[in-house]
This record gives sequence, structure tokens and C-alpha cells, in this order.
Amino acid sequence: MLEIKGLCVSVAGTEILKGLDLSVNAGEVHAIMGPNGSGKSTLSYVLAGRDGYDVTAGSVIYKGQDLLALAPEMRAREGLFLAFQYPVEIPGVGSATFFKTAVNAVRKHRGEKEYDAMEFLKVMREKREALGIDDEKIRRPLNVGFSGGEKKRNEVLQMALLEPTLAVLDETDSGLDIDALKIAADGVNALRSPQRSMIIITHYQRLLDYIVPDFVHVLADGKVVRSGGKELALELEEHGYGDIVSGSEAAA
Amino acid sequence: MPSLAPRPGRSIALPYAAGFDALRTDLPGGNLPWLSSARTSAIEHFAELGLPSQKVEEWKYSNLSALAKTEFTGPAQNDADAVRAQVVARFAKQSAQRYRLVFINGMLDKSLSDQVDPSDGARVLGLAEAMAGDADFLKEHLAATPPLNGQALASLNSAFMSDGCVIQLQADAELALELLFVAAPGTGIPAYHPRISIAAGANSRAVIQERHVALGDCEYWSNPVTAINLDRGARVRHYKLQNESPSAWQTALTKARLAGEAEYENFIVSTGGRFARNEIEVALEGAGASCTLGGSFMLVGSQQVDNRLYVDHAAPDCVSRQVYKGVLDEKAHGVFQAKTLVQRDAQKSDGQQLSRALMLSPDAVMDAKPELEIYADDVKCSHGATVGELDDEQMFYLRARGIDEATARGLLIAAFLNEHLDLVTDESAREMLGGAVSEWLGGMEA
Repeated sequence: MLEIKGLCVSVAGTEILKGLDLSVNAGEVHAIMGPNGSGKSTLSYVLAGRDGYDVTAGSVIYKGQDLLALAPEMRAREGLFLAFQYPVEIPGVGSATFFKTAVNAVRKHRGEKEYDAMEFLKVMREKREALGIDDEKIRRPLNVGFSGGEKKRNEVLQMALLEPTLAVLDETDSGLDIDALKIAADGVNALRSPQRSMIIITHYQRLLDYIVPDFVHVLADGKVVRSGGKELALELEEHGYGDIVSGSEAAA
Repeated sequence: MPSLAPRPGRSIALPYAAGFDALRTDLPGGNLPWLSSARTSAIEHFAELGLPSQKVEEWKYSNLSALAKTEFTGPAQNDADAVRAQVVARFAKQSAQRYRLVFINGMLDKSLSDQVDPSDGARVLGLAEAMAGDADFLKEHLAATPPLNGQALASLNSAFMSDGCVIQLQADAELALELLFVAAPGTGIPAYHPRISIAAGANSRAVIQERHVALGDCEYWSNPVTAINLDRGARVRHYKLQNESPSAWQTALTKARLAGEAEYENFIVSTGGRFARNEIEVALEGAGASCTLGGSFMLVGSQQVDNRLYVDHAAPDCVSRQVYKGVLDEKAHGVFQAKTLVQRDAQKSDGQQLSRALMLSPDAVMDAKPELEIYADDVKCSHGATVGELDDEQMFYLRARGIDEATARGLLIAAFLNEHLDLVTDESAREMLGGAVSEWLGGMEA
């Protein structure tokens, strides 16, 4: 599904990722943990194709093609989805209009029939209700006046609507209270399938109680310094990042 | 022509104005001495002021030399029936419930226009019609609307005005009226000077929708003047779509005078013309009066729109809002000059000015000059201006959801403009203006 090899990325001349390797197969859920500044969000933005992130070395192969050569919208249409850490407010753009435009762009690319207004309303209603999102929220401009939790839930709703093959969740837990976290996690878990892979980026172990990963990787100073099963997250929770991170620096 | 010469450098010669004497015999109302003498003093006043150069502060961002050099002629001649058929086909009436007057090449077209039922407490007449048949009514009416001193182009209008519309509302009357101005290609380069004059009685209600459009690309100059008097508690909502021909000039002045508790709402969408001036002067003369002046302009190529607003808070407890938004592409040039004057006795004045421009090209230019001049000490006034590009984060967010770059740009530009239309409180006007915004956006994608 996704093969990242020796990825080096600079932002405004500063190297953030320094030879990152990661391999994700279909159906797997990978957690990426690490201290602030380790490069977690940079990884998510590079995968989604944001401007200003210069790839200086390495490669990213997604479903057999060079992901880095694709425009952001083509990555999305090919099934890559980024749940933003800080979802953007867009005054004047109605949520429903935006969702329908996005879903139909992706469906068209896949050779599927675009939804008409009635079909879309039906699909939207089903997905929205599963996440406990009020109709009123969908009528508002995108994310405008939403709380942090509502914005994150809106990201999960978009993920459910777009049905990605690879979802990258960037700190979806930050800013959520425990109830909101459970609802978001339930939404994500409902999307787990043997064809769909996920990369869960998080600072805290807490989210992984609800979305249980197959693999956990620790990112420090722009590289994966340790990988393991879900028990690695618990170890980090108990001992903190200190030992692992300083160990990597000593080894380097 | 009178010999009074304008101060050197502050004006540009306008040979067209010198043609007044030759033209005046063709102007309506020639048999009315008071009108004839009003025209004479107007042309003298124009000669005194001259066509403004950029040395005149209010005109510092706009150069009228190309207009001054153009050889304007009288009204265009066309096949009237063919033009009428096109007008009917292309510009449907907004609503069967409201009245509509249609002006073709500056002249009222009776066959396409409705007769306003005077039993509604509203009297609506064509200007030429009033000059011919209701001169006393017209004289009295004009005396009750704000004077137009000090404005060169308004004086030119007063001298040359040949048609337009006179609207008189009794106390408590209601009126919804559409005014459709259509320019049709024909001979020569015509100049039009429409005059709209509105006297709104106490607590009356009016919704006036103006549309200025053209049948195909043609060169002309439209110099409309609207003068509005609002008696106590009157509410006038006045909207304009300026979608003139791409080769046309429009220099429009609206002057409104408000008594206590009166309310004036104006919103202008400008998409047309090579050069357009939207000038609005509002005098808040009675306590508790309020005005909202909103506008959107969307410009491409080398189009220029110069918006100049002036609000005079002359009485206490008045509220004014001046909010303009522009989208500028290619080499377009937008101007927002707004001045709010708060006089010494106008305590508790509440005034806001805001200009926002979205620049789609590095060659586009926006000049914004919001200005407050305050002599009262207990007021709440603010002003601001922003000039920006499309937001990178918003663009990336939309694209990361599979939306291509052109569609994402379109969504964000539409969002910038549509949000602004919330200022338009009349639903059918919002629909008309919103339709013009959508049409412009559609043209951008093509």
C-alpha cells in the first residue's frame, strides 16, 4: 500500500525528516508517536502534498505509483485522506456543498456515478447520524464557529464520506474530551477494513486505547527510532519518550 | 458658453460640454422657463468646476482623459422593435408583483414599462413625461430633493438630463420598483444623463432595484444621478447592478438626505464597464437615522471601478455602515474612498468603514482610503482595509479533499462574495444581485 524509503524533508531550509522509513500494508493500522518537533505533522503534510515541504531525498510509493509526483487533489482522488490536526474554517462555503463537491470529484475519478442532490443527502444523513452530528452543523459554513471537538468529528465525517484507502489521522485526539474522543474513535473503527490502511499520528497513548493499532513506531528527530506492536505504546506511556529518544541520539 | 474658467490643473477640458448650446433645443421641457434657467446655471456651474483631474482629491485615483477626448453624440438610433424583443427575451422582470420601468438608450420605453397605480400612495412618472405634462409637480418635487451643488458631473447631468424617473411616496406608502437601463448598439458614441429623483414621505417604504446592462458590446457614457429625500421614519432600500458594456463608462452619483429615524440601504454590484464610478453621499440630518452602503466589485482585464462614499453624521444617534468588497484579476484597478464626517453635535454616532479586496493577479491594483473626521467626543467609529490573496491553507484543505485547483479557487472567491450579500435585506434584490455574482463566477471558469 505505502512504502516510504529514506525520506528527507526540509521546511524553509531546515531539515525536519532525516531518512524516514515506513511500510504499511493493506488493512494495517500503524500508530506514529513521538515528542513535539519530531516531525510527525511534517510527515502527514508531505504525504498529503502541501506546498513548502521540500523532499530532498528518498521516495514514497503509494499503490505502486510515485505519490510525490501527484498534485494534492490527485492523491485524494487516489484514496489518500488526511484528517487535519487543525481543520480550516472557510466562511461562505457551505459544509454540504463542499462535501458534495469533494465526494463527487473522488467518485468521478474512480469511474463511479456522481451523486445527485437527493442521493447525496441520503448518504450524508446516514454517515452524519452515525457520528452524532446535527443537521444544523452541515448547513453552516465549513467549520465556522465549531468547537475543537466538532471540527475533529467533521474530519471523521469527511473520511466516512470519501471512503479512503489510506487514512492519515494527524492528532485527531488533540482538543477532544473523553466523550468526543470515543465518538471519533468509534467512527474510525467502523471504517477499518482489510482493504483500508491507517496511519494514526498522536502524541499520547490515550487514543490508542480506542483505536488499537497493529504497529507502533516512535519518531524522533526525523527518523523512526523504534518499532513494535501495540504494547510499545504502553511502554512509552509508562517511561516517556526520554529513554528511547536519547538512546537514538547516543546511537547516532 | 460662459467664460468662467476652472482653476488651472484641476480640470480636464471636455469638448462635449461645449455642445450644450447646440443640443439644448432638443432637450425636453424647453418651454419651461424655470427648467431652462436651471439647465443654464447647471452648465455654468460645470464650466466653473470643470471635469475633475486627478489633482482633485476625490478623483485622485481615476483619470478621465480618455473619456474627455471621446466625441460623444446624441442618443443612439436603433431598430426599436428589434431592441424591445431582445430586452424582453434577455431581461425578465424580477417579479410580477412589482412595477418595472424600462429605459432604452436613456429614454423611457412606455411599451415595455408598467403604469404605477397611484392608489398605492406612490406616484411614478418618467422625467420627460413630467417635464411635458406635470411641470408644477416636477418643480415642487425637485425642490424637495437634495441639491447637487459642487459636483461637476452632477451639474452636467442637470444640464443635459433628458429622461429618468420621478418617484413621490406619500406618508406610509409602499413601493417596489425595478428600473432597467439598457444600452443597445447603434450609431455614434452616445452620452446619457438619466436622473432618478425620489421623495419618500414619512414612514414610507420603497425598494428600488436598478439594473444597468447592454445588448452586446457598445461604447457609450452613462452619467446617472439619483437624488433621494427621506422624511422622518422612511425606509428606502436601493440596489444597483452595474453590468454596463465592456467599452462603456458609467459615472454615477447618488445623494441621499435623511430625516430622523429614516433608513437608507444601498448595495451595488459592479461587474461591467471599462470605467465606473459609484459615488454616494449621505447626509444623516435627523437623530436616529441610519444608512448601510455595501458593494461588491469584480473586475478583470483593465477594468476600473472607483467607489467613493461620503457620510455626514449631522445629528446624534445615527448609524452608518460602509462595507465594500472587491475581487480583482489581471490588470484591474479598484478604488475605495470613504469618508465619514461626525459633526460636533452628532453624539453617540456609530460609524464603520471596511474595505476588503481579494487580489487574483500581481498586476491588479487596489487603492483603499477609509477616512474618519470626528468632531463629537462620544462616538463609536472604526475603519479598516485589507488587501489579500486567496488563503493558502484554505486552498490546500479543499484540494486535499480531491477538489481541483480551479474549482477550489472558484469556491473561495464565491465564498468571499456571497457572504457579503447578507447585507442585502430585500430577498428578491439579493437573488438578482446573487445571480449576477454567480454569472460572473461562471464566466471566470469558462
